[in-house]
Amino acid sequence: MSFDIKKMTIHSASQVLEKGETTSSQLCRLYLDRIKELEPKLHSFLVVNETATMRMAEEADKRRASGKKLSVYDGVPIALKDCIVAEGQTCSCASKILQNVKSPYDSTAAARLRAKGFVFIGRANMDEFAMGSSCENSAYFNTANPWDTQRVPGGSSGGSAAAVAASEVPAALGSDTGGSIRQPAAFCGVVGLKPTYGRVSRYGLVAFASSLDQIGPITKDVTDAAIILDTIGGHDKMDASSLPSPCGGFADALSKLPENLSGVRIGLPAEYSEAEGLAPSVKEAVRKTKETLRKSGAELVEVSLPHTKYAVATYYIIATAEASANLARFDGIRYGARTENPEDLNACYFKTRGKGFGKEVRRRIILGTYVLSSGYYDAYYIRAQKVRTLIRRDFEEAFKKCDVILTPVTPTPAFKFGEKTADPLQMYLADIFTIALNLSGNCGISVPADIDSASGMPIGMQFIAPALAEEKLLTVSRRFELDREIKEFIPAI
Amino acid sequence: MGAKVDIDVGYVAELARLELDEKAKEQLQKELEAILEYIEQLKELDVSGIEPTAHAAQLCNVWREDAAGKTFPREKMLENAPDTIDGELIKVPQVMPGEEMS
Repeated sequence: MSFDIKKMTIHSASQVLEKGETTSSQLCRLYLDRIKELEPKLHSFLVVNETATMRMAEEADKRRASGKKLSVYDGVPIALKDCIVAEGQTCSCASKILQNVKSPYDSTAAARLRAKGFVFIGRANMDEFAMGSSCENSAYFNTANPWDTQRVPGGSSGGSAAAVAASEVPAALGSDTGGSIRQPAAFCGVVGLKPTYGRVSRYGLVAFASSLDQIGPITKDVTDAAIILDTIGGHDKMDASSLPSPCGGFADALSKLPENLSGVRIGLPAEYSEAEGLAPSVKEAVRKTKETLRKSGAELVEVSLPHTKYAVATYYIIATAEASANLARFDGIRYGARTENPEDLNACYFKTRGKGFGKEVRRRIILGTYVLSSGYYDAYYIRAQKVRTLIRRDFEEAFKKCDVILTPVTPTPAFKFGEKTADPLQMYLADIFTIALNLSGNCGISVPADIDSASGMPIGMQFIAPALAEEKLLTVSRRFELDREIKEFIPAI
Repeated sequence: MGAKVDIDVGYVAELARLELDEKAKEQLQKELEAILEYIEQLKELDVSGIEPTAHAAQLCNVWREDAAGKTFPREKMLENAPDTIDGELIKVPQVMPGEEMS
């Protein structure tokens, strides 16, 4: 075997498996050993089940040996964020209220990965119920950033991003409601794709805000993101909001990548570069990215997204309203933890939920319940839905002038533990650049672009494309990934 | 901006069936007042005549066949229940106050 696990991607793992240079069992053993070595420092995973992983790997090897491989990826390991269910595996959403719950079924995303032979290596840590931007809201433990273990990996898919960045696994699934794939990907120096709303079935994704949630890949490179979207995307009758449009061929499209970006118009929203609290190193990264894209032949055009500044406020009404309804099901009756000896049913609800949910989840349930409550519904919820229309129209207007929009992913590189936990609003504002496209439904991707010279932390750039324009999004991102100044983003760990 | 917001965390927590101790209530009261003040900025916008967006996917009336499908076996679903009666029913605390049930 002659390969470097720190550089291994899904496509390179597939190659060595296809050539017979290694087996899935050997590959998974390497990753499990690396997990064992790094987990005491990182805590990317809530659960790693060695026996189950090795069994899946052995089955993949048997299939290959007998000429019955499920795909060229048969036997490649992947991690699932703990809110994406897989049959027989625990699914706690990093919450006490779902401690020890085992899923009786596969989410559509997991089922489609399984059908191609991917091996599930573990359950990635996250902010409880995907609510947070730093992974500090996990009810179990914090995940550290592999670039600097004093810093957060971002959230809510922090475990997924840290695991991929540290090469504990070549790729992972995350979920993105307001930036939860793209922001941790940026903080950890990996690629994170939020597909168009409705591209990937939400069946088996524990719901946070149903009109915003979307499953997507966190990977080492853009090609792997395309491979995963090819695998998990497409219509699913189990999710009524799943889009009927065909979804696939993205990896093929990248294999015929154009040599330059001539004819591609990249939109630069003025509002984003003027945003408050934008770190100088992020501004510098934007400048370098623009330079790279210009050299690659793209045309840079000014666009305007005037309602961006209202996106965080809009999001925290809509997302919390939907969350308060979605999380009503966790009551200690049918599954999960139940308080000891409640005097009656009502006490059972109050105590189970009061103890079972962490601080941030309680905060959002209360905010959501409030904005939906009698007398406030029109003033908050309906108004927010109308502003959501304005935000959506901003993008429609901007995409008349450009093909893809470029913005930072986050105002700063990864911050330190505890830096923003005292003030929830400051934490919410960390999502300012990612939130708008969950409201509009557009697809977006975070690609590593630069390294902050002061802290040594990676900085990501976000590309945004119109709904269903993933092919264009991935093409531009892949070209940028090959043309950027820094070629590889590998933490020393 | 700066308008006093009138959230009563204790009352809302009751609507949401969440038990909170006094300390948690006080802290949440402060945090939510700050968040709601931030949210007040939406009132600057004129939204008259704007249609609300409820969903990012502009789909409507998605139908499915009205046909019986596969269901999960009872034992499997009950594996996650906190308490059962003979592994066949979910056992719940007393619903109505008053006499003990036999």
